[in-house]
Amino acid sequence: MIAGEALVLAAFALPAVGSVAIALCGRRPQLRETATLATAVLLLWCTLSLLPTVLAGGRPGVRLFELLPGLAIAFSVEPLGMLFALVASALWIVNSLYSIGYMRGNREEHQTRFYVCFALAIAAAIGIAFAANVFTLFVFYELLTLITYPLVTHHGTDKAKAGGRIYLGLLIGTSMLFLLPALVFTWHVAGTTDFTPGGILQGRLSGFALGGLLALYMFGIGKAALMPFHRWLPGAMVAPTPVSALLHAVAVVKAGVFSVLKVIIYVFGTETLATEASTDWLVVVAGFTIVAASVVALKADNLKRRLAYSTISQLSYVVLAAAILAPLSVIGAALHIVTHAVGKITLFFAAGAIYTAAHKTEVSQLDGIGRRMPWTMSAFTIGALSLIGIPPAAGFISKWFIMSGAAAGGHFAALAVLIVSTLLNAAYFLPIVYAAFFRPLPAGDERQPHGEAPLSMVIALMLTSTATLSLFLFSSPLLQLAEQLVAPK
Amino acid sequence: MNVAEHLPALQIVLPLASAPLAVLLRDRLAAFVLVLAATWAAFAISILLWLQVGETGPMSYAIGSWPPPWGIEYRVDALSSLLLMLVSGIAAVVLPYSRSSIEREIRPEKHTLFYALFALCLSGLLGITITGDAFNLFVFLEISSLSSYALIALGKDRRSLTASYQYLIMGTIGATFIVIGVGLLYLKTGTLNLADLGVRLQAMTSHRPVLAALAFLTVGISLKLAMFPLHQWLPNAYAYAPSAVSAFLAATATKVSVYALLRFYFSVFGETAIFQRLPMEDLMLVLALAGMFVASTVAIFQDNLKRLFAYSSVAQIGYIVLGISFDSVTGLTATIVHLVNHAVTKGGLFLLLGAVIAGIGGVTLARAHGLARVMPLTSFGIVLCGLSLIGVPGTAGFVSKWYLILAALEKGQWWLVFLIVLSSLLAVAYVWRFVEVAYFRAPRADLAGVREAPLALAIPAWILVGATLWFGVDTSLTVGSASRAAAQLLGVAP
Repeated sequence: MIAGEALVLAAFALPAVGSVAIALCGRRPQLRETATLATAVLLLWCTLSLLPTVLAGGRPGVRLFELLPGLAIAFSVEPLGMLFALVASALWIVNSLYSIGYMRGNREEHQTRFYVCFALAIAAAIGIAFAANVFTLFVFYELLTLITYPLVTHHGTDKAKAGGRIYLGLLIGTSMLFLLPALVFTWHVAGTTDFTPGGILQGRLSGFALGGLLALYMFGIGKAALMPFHRWLPGAMVAPTPVSALLHAVAVVKAGVFSVLKVIIYVFGTETLATEASTDWLVVVAGFTIVAASVVALKADNLKRRLAYSTISQLSYVVLAAAILAPLSVIGAALHIVTHAVGKITLFFAAGAIYTAAHKTEVSQLDGIGRRMPWTMSAFTIGALSLIGIPPAAGFISKWFIMSGAAAGGHFAALAVLIVSTLLNAAYFLPIVYAAFFRPLPAGDERQPHGEAPLSMVIALMLTSTATLSLFLFSSPLLQLAEQLVAPK
Repeated sequence: MNVAEHLPALQIVLPLASAPLAVLLRDRLAAFVLVLAATWAAFAISILLWLQVGETGPMSYAIGSWPPPWGIEYRVDALSSLLLMLVSGIAAVVLPYSRSSIEREIRPEKHTLFYALFALCLSGLLGITITGDAFNLFVFLEISSLSSYALIALGKDRRSLTASYQYLIMGTIGATFIVIGVGLLYLKTGTLNLADLGVRLQAMTSHRPVLAALAFLTVGISLKLAMFPLHQWLPNAYAYAPSAVSAFLAATATKVSVYALLRFYFSVFGETAIFQRLPMEDLMLVLALAGMFVASTVAIFQDNLKRLFAYSSVAQIGYIVLGISFDSVTGLTATIVHLVNHAVTKGGLFLLLGAVIAGIGGVTLARAHGLARVMPLTSFGIVLCGLSLIGVPGTAGFVSKWYLILAALEKGQWWLVFLIVLSSLLAVAYVWRFVEVAYFRAPRADLAGVREAPLALAIPAWILVGATLWFGVDTSLTVGSASRAAAQLLGVAP
């Protein structure tokens, strides 16, 4: 087991140490970017080495120290955290590749700060993924918010400052106002905050108190962007696109829904929740968020804004799936964290590539762009298919499980929401694909010829879109992990 | 003669004796070295005392071998040993800083006076903490107060004179109230020994003069600890005093007054008298909440960073008082932990602000535009301390807030939980005013040549910033001592 412990620690420490190395290489861009990539590759190796143990039912962990008597900073790798860590570390590599092209292509300033904060954010995300108790999760959750603030406000303009205010205000606000009291209350009631299969609250809380605590957790985890606390996500789109891509399709938002899942499965326990009527409201809130965010996305002309609202909607898929409480939908929720991450990062990569190559940001400007940027727009199409949930893209699998769970649990309203949202997804993504490939270039555009974005960006795009397709074909390891959530070995 | 036996006396005598000697020496360097030696010795002694108390329990020392309650008793228990360590520790860090800092802020011929006053103020504060005698406590309070009025008035800014005068008036009213309270108690019981008072008062909890004494003491000490709405003297005093003085007073003076309040409430009056006969809990609760919200809100609208963080201090004192109002072990633990954590955080913050003054000549927000470009480390340190004021995990402030929330939950008061976290969001607002100015504005043209703070200022400041982070990660010292002290105060543990 010692090897397991060492790997867990290494996975957490690598990006943190890497950030120091990146900072030290600040004056030499080549070396700095090599350090980033090397750290990312090592991290993926670490998380991959943990996978067999976890698949075999092992739960490698390490207890670092006690912050307060009885409250330890501790890590323990279970299937869901394994999934999240794998996604975050794998996509970090691709994203670093992409960042290099993007940051150089757009001649961004403060690139060292960018890479340092990025590595630290990944360290925090790994801390969240491997957290063995709510307390540890909370600590890294807050750190992630603070570390990503300089990334969101990277440009330093008034607009970035305003976006940063909303970002920080909502994320710190919700976590301080709701999550912290929820955490202290859990500790007060249960005497522990350890994530335990089956939950730690059964028999200790019921009725209104249980429903209230669930509300504190769900709205306290502002990163899950449940309405009405979703505004930070579109606000954060002022960040450079690689930030939007990794943080707001993967690390930050997925940390949110991941925490939601962890809390529902390991703190409340699905069985405890299923017997309580006071917790049904969550299905309604999540369903409302799915539909409402999709409608907003439909109207948004700014491409990144459309993607942001699409993310809000898709995040609530996970919350909805968890709230349905059926085993199948819980598997779907876990899978959706992965499939949405891969699909959405592809879309963001494409948006950034379009911006870098053509300096276009609005959906209405994209007529005919598919002919100039065929690779980018093909990848975009695959990502869009995945989000709509059409085979052979990965999104189909997770949606299938969520819907099966809803049907099995008799949640027909949830089923209806999912179907409506699928239609809405199609309605806001397919016109972009159509316009890009089948509409002619607008007059006057010929004078500004441009081709594809820099090579490293295109490679990154191709990698994630290929992953989107291959996850559909080779989903068994993911499925194995997710199934352990409902039927522990 | 065994020196170890006399540590409690030496704790006071060393800094006290160094003050007149510093004046007599008349040489800046010699005075500095002398006072520094005394301060560091005091810090070392306080650590020894803390260790000893941790091993063998509370200890008593009879001054001049007159046994208490007739003679003056020095009494060191879990709470006082922690405070002794805090006060002398802060002094040990601030004093080296002041040598470089007063070069810029105080005229050279006053430097020996500064060191003497500093030593006096330190011995006064240590005296309040160690003494077991009510009148002796008053005497030390006056020593520390008088020296701090003079210290504040040493500031270059002429407004420091009015600030000092304002504090003098308010502080004197407070001291008068305290001496009236002590006098009434003496009248009723015929004793001045705190422990003895506690025993004798149990039989007369309903006597009117005793209740009047309690009222006088509460108001008097509340003035000194700047409890809302008796805080009027504090913002100006902190804002216009020399940097080293601001830092030292912000970190220690109000904290020692809180100690005096705790001592009178829990060791003298005991639980029975105050927390059940009078609505003290509700009164403190309301004042604490008002302080937390009003002062934080006022802080958001300040343009001078020293004033901004001074108002933040008033708000943070609200947290400290809030913990007292719970009248539970967890509540008092929160109070004591926050007392230490806030002292370290605010001390570090004011030292850093002093470095900013040394760098750019002032601390108004308008002047600090783009500060992070010219003084990146100092700015980052201020942000770290600000995060601790907010209560972000990983900083000391988080630990205090955890215990406050836990104490509120133990009482089943959910509304209070939300008020506590809501007020910390106000802290986000005032801290982020600094962040946005320092990081998002372009530096003014005249800041082009400004360098990062010199090491003589940076090292002491970063020691306290480091402590702020350390106490947010390793809480065995702070929480361990605080919970032991809280249990002792409430009589739950020896």
